[in-house]
Amino acid sequence: MNKLTINLLLISISVGSVIISGCSKRNDSGSSMVTIKGSDTMVHLVSSWAEKYMALNPDAEISVTGGGSGTGIAAILNNTTDIAASSRSIKEKESTLAESKGIGFTRTVIAKDGIAVVVNIANEISALSLESLRLIFTGEVTNWKQVGGADKEIVVLSRESNSGTHVFFQKLVLRKDDYTQGALLMPSSSSLTQTVNDNENAIGYVGLGYADNAGDNVKTLSIITPDGNVIPSEETVKSGEYPIARPLLFYVNANANGKVKAFIDYCLSEEGQKIVSEIGYVSIAD
Amino acid sequence: MSSFFQKENLIKYLLQGAASTSIFIVLLIVLFLGKEAIPFFSEPGISNLFGTTWKPVSFKEELFGILPLISGTVVVTIVAMFIAVPTGVIGAAYLSQVAHEKEREILKPFMELLAGIPSVVIGFFGLIILAPIVKELFGLQTGLSALTGSILLALMAIPTIMTISDDAISSVPRSYKEASLSLGASKFYTLWKVTVPAAMPGIVAAVLLGMGRVIGETMAVMMVTGNAASLTLSPFNSVRTMTATIAAEMGEVPFGSEHYSALFMVGLVLLFMTFGLVLIGQRYLQRQEN
Repeated sequence: MNKLTINLLLISISVGSVIISGCSKRNDSGSSMVTIKGSDTMVHLVSSWAEKYMALNPDAEISVTGGGSGTGIAAILNNTTDIAASSRSIKEKESTLAESKGIGFTRTVIAKDGIAVVVNIANEISALSLESLRLIFTGEVTNWKQVGGADKEIVVLSRESNSGTHVFFQKLVLRKDDYTQGALLMPSSSSLTQTVNDNENAIGYVGLGYADNAGDNVKTLSIITPDGNVIPSEETVKSGEYPIARPLLFYVNANANGKVKAFIDYCLSEEGQKIVSEIGYVSIAD
Repeated sequence: MSSFFQKENLIKYLLQGAASTSIFIVLLIVLFLGKEAIPFFSEPGISNLFGTTWKPVSFKEELFGILPLISGTVVVTIVAMFIAVPTGVIGAAYLSQVAHEKEREILKPFMELLAGIPSVVIGFFGLIILAPIVKELFGLQTGLSALTGSILLALMAIPTIMTISDDAISSVPRSYKEASLSLGASKFYTLWKVTVPAAMPGIVAAVLLGMGRVIGETMAVMMVTGNAASLTLSPFNSVRTMTATIAAEMGEVPFGSEHYSALFMVGLVLLFMTFGLVLIGQRYLQRQEN
């Protein structure tokens, strides 16, 4: 009986130590693998690139994880990723932190994205100005009647604050004002479009790639500009007519090796940019 | 002979070590949370914590008042317990005392199956099916409300409460029941006035465990409560719970910023809330024993 217990203990200890040593080994071999972390908006795009690239180069190993632009940039600062995929520029706080840690990085624009404002199909409004959007999302306007719609209360949907889209929309449309405290913060683009699909009075924003196949009851709004109403599309984003657009970025660790560079070159190549359009974002190729 | 004692001692220490790991881990967690939260006391200052606005990302002024988050957690938890405790305890009483062996054989595995459903799946169900129903039923602006979250949490807490209460009620000595029945009490009277009260310590433990699950649950709540950080006690409003706040914001937060320490502060408060709950439960059980 006693012997059995001791044996069991020995076995569990040895198994445990193997597992622990296995874990630490994975970190050492990290250099042969390219890791990309960051924006949830870009996960689909980046993983498509990674799949195609790995099919072309059988020795290449690329790991892609989401978590939000902030997560990716934090990972660059902690030296735990080669590339941070980000749908927003680095914040001042983050770049000073990088300096203090002595971490260098470069910024590359790899594609463009338009942010579509979506409402339920039952909503009679089909276009809004940036100013009206600002009033709605800051909570100064709370009824659709006030912007020319039905006498219904507006249900404001926003993304969670870890989303690059959240910060970008706040900067550009809200002009750095705060979102209304009553805004529902959705943890993902798909839960946002799902809610717009179900709720006649909801308004929200998602990346152009999501708006295209958001659901049968989701409608994309045009933006009223001095030059007329502009619907978000690949052409209007590329030409700069559609006002709510942003660059999608790679922040690359300055110490990154040649494998990382080769992958980025592939993303920027003609073939890589073709994938961008296929997925619903806007390519930066002419 | 001496080597036998040495062996025995060795095993004793190993077992002691295993038993005290939980204490060790709890201490480590408290230390870690405290260490990361301490900067909050100097900058932006502890008084900020009791504000009524949680607005951690802002170009104008960042505010870290956790009262809306506490109210969110409290509302969701109380409503969930209102649903889960009666259902769980009555269900357990039925399962252990009234149900036939065959019924029990069917009900019990299903109960355990419910406990095993991942919370993301339950959250997904809530978002797609339950939220529109709640919206229609109560004529709300949106179905993403505290109530929807509470119903989902109740679904998750019921199996815990029911299984443990069931064990507690089943282990009440037969003699209690027989004494009551022999005095002429009805079967129902015996169940509610003798068997269930005798099982009370176990039922309280079950409720506490269920409540622990409800307070700590994150994913399902985050998907269906709408996450608007407004100070409210109405279950029909959208709320932002403490767990959802930590989960949603921790990924984005700049390392070592005020927001970062504020999130650890939220974690610390949450930990003390559950700690208090366990303490109250134990007090209650001690009083019962005396």
